[in-house]
Amino acid sequence: MASLLRLLFYGVFIRSMVLIVLGLHVRHRERLPRGGPAIIVANHNSHLDTMVLMSLFPLRLLPKLHPVAAMDYFMTSRLFSWFTLKVVGILPIKRTVARGDDNPLAPCNKALAEGQMLIVFPEGSRGEPEQLQSFKGGIARLAESNPAVPVVPVFLHGLGKALPKGETLLVPFFCDIIIGEPLAWRGERRSYMRQLDERMKQLAEEGSFPAWE
Amino acid sequence: MQFEVAPNVLIALGGLYIILIIASVGAALLRWRSPETERTELVQRIRSWWIIVTLFTAAMVMSRTVAVVFFAFVSFLALKEYFSIVPTRRADRRVLFWAYLAIPVQYYWVAQAWYGMFIIFIPVYVFLLLPLRMVTIGETKEFLRAAGTLHWGIMTLVFGISHIAYLLVLPEPKNPAAGGAGLVFFLMFLTQFNDVAQYLWGKKLGRHKIIPNVSPNKTWEGFLGGVATTTLLSILLATWLTPLRVEAAAAAGLLISVAGFIGDVTISALKRDIGLKDSGSMLPGHGGILDRIDSLTYTAPLFFHFVYYLYY
Repeated sequence: MASLLRLLFYGVFIRSMVLIVLGLHVRHRERLPRGGPAIIVANHNSHLDTMVLMSLFPLRLLPKLHPVAAMDYFMTSRLFSWFTLKVVGILPIKRTVARGDDNPLAPCNKALAEGQMLIVFPEGSRGEPEQLQSFKGGIARLAESNPAVPVVPVFLHGLGKALPKGETLLVPFFCDIIIGEPLAWRGERRSYMRQLDERMKQLAEEGSFPAWE
Repeated sequence: MQFEVAPNVLIALGGLYIILIIASVGAALLRWRSPETERTELVQRIRSWWIIVTLFTAAMVMSRTVAVVFFAFVSFLALKEYFSIVPTRRADRRVLFWAYLAIPVQYYWVAQAWYGMFIIFIPVYVFLLLPLRMVTIGETKEFLRAAGTLHWGIMTLVFGISHIAYLLVLPEPKNPAAGGAGLVFFLMFLTQFNDVAQYLWGKKLGRHKIIPNVSPNKTWEGFLGGVATTTLLSILLATWLTPLRVEAAAAAGLLISVAGFIGDVTISALKRDIGLKDSGSMLPGHGGILDRIDSLTYTAPLFFHFVYYLYY
């Protein structure tokens, strides 16, 4: 039942919305992973980011795809939790960790070990629209724990214009999706983070986007 | 009123498919003769034409309402592309939403065949209302530039393009040969034909640049060759699809070919200003939707008022 709902949600509702209301310009689509395990990392400006990234993959991969999302934000009520968990299909993690807690990334490691594909927004939250923030370190820990899993950076532009943080009115814009080469784990967290930030900046520069002020 | 597509229009639509088949066969022959030459763009371009022509045909033959909705959707895609490439202000997000709302309203007047409202709604009401909405948001920095950007887009891509749809609702008896659909076909086919003719003449004979600062590939030879060919074709097609007599048909051909050129270079100037080669990637081989309808933004309102003045 829930998986059928999920198929309808992504396969019909989201796809037609992305196709008609938004419209995507995808560059380097061939760089997308064709199966799991894989980690997709992207900059984060809008709730639409997840929806658009999910729509890039063929529907047969849908059962494997899970956006990693903050438990404190997406699981506030029972009904909402049911929706985010079963229909959106998030993998919830804790944003703040108290002493003595388990590794907050353990659910991600487990999912990757099972061959799932995770969508991660390492900026932590949706920032100011159309501004690239530096990534938080959790993604390096995740890469370190799963050195064989490809980490594919994706730069998103335009979704923060269509539906920025704090807005409920969707305004149509064409959006740019620029997919990068997978980044292999190199053995050291700080240099890995630098490389990832660098890669995202390069992707952003592939398009020429006017500032949005 | 029952809307039926005149047989002449159906034959004309069939003719489009014959042209497409010839183009596809021609491209396949070229590939067979010299397989090493890179022709991705040509092949993609023809493939996109197949899709455009099929959607256009389906919209035209289904019903008048479907055809009007089709052109409303073209306006929507074009305006969306425009808003996505031009610099807009963050403060105007909601103003843009209102601008999009102008599309269904404008095409509603078209579907109702309410000429008085159709002709003033955007130039008067939308023109006055959007700045009001901007003022209530209160951002004054770059206000004039933002208002100008907005109105230019709505005028060309909604008001201008909606004239194509209004041709459909003009009184049928005035054009017994082919009705409103005949006029739409005539306008769109000649506009697109003119683009191709100017390109081919320019490629063959082009020497003297016509407007190098805006569009360095455009030449006088291409422009004049296009004007001559399009005017000739206009005379040949007019009796069959329109109420235009020979002199009027020649004038219409001249109007479409010259206006089409101006529409083309106007959008080129816009793209050059922003620093883009193509306005988008919706139509592989062509670029964006603005790249395809650039000429129509000029030919549609001008041809409409030419015909309207003479016959309606």
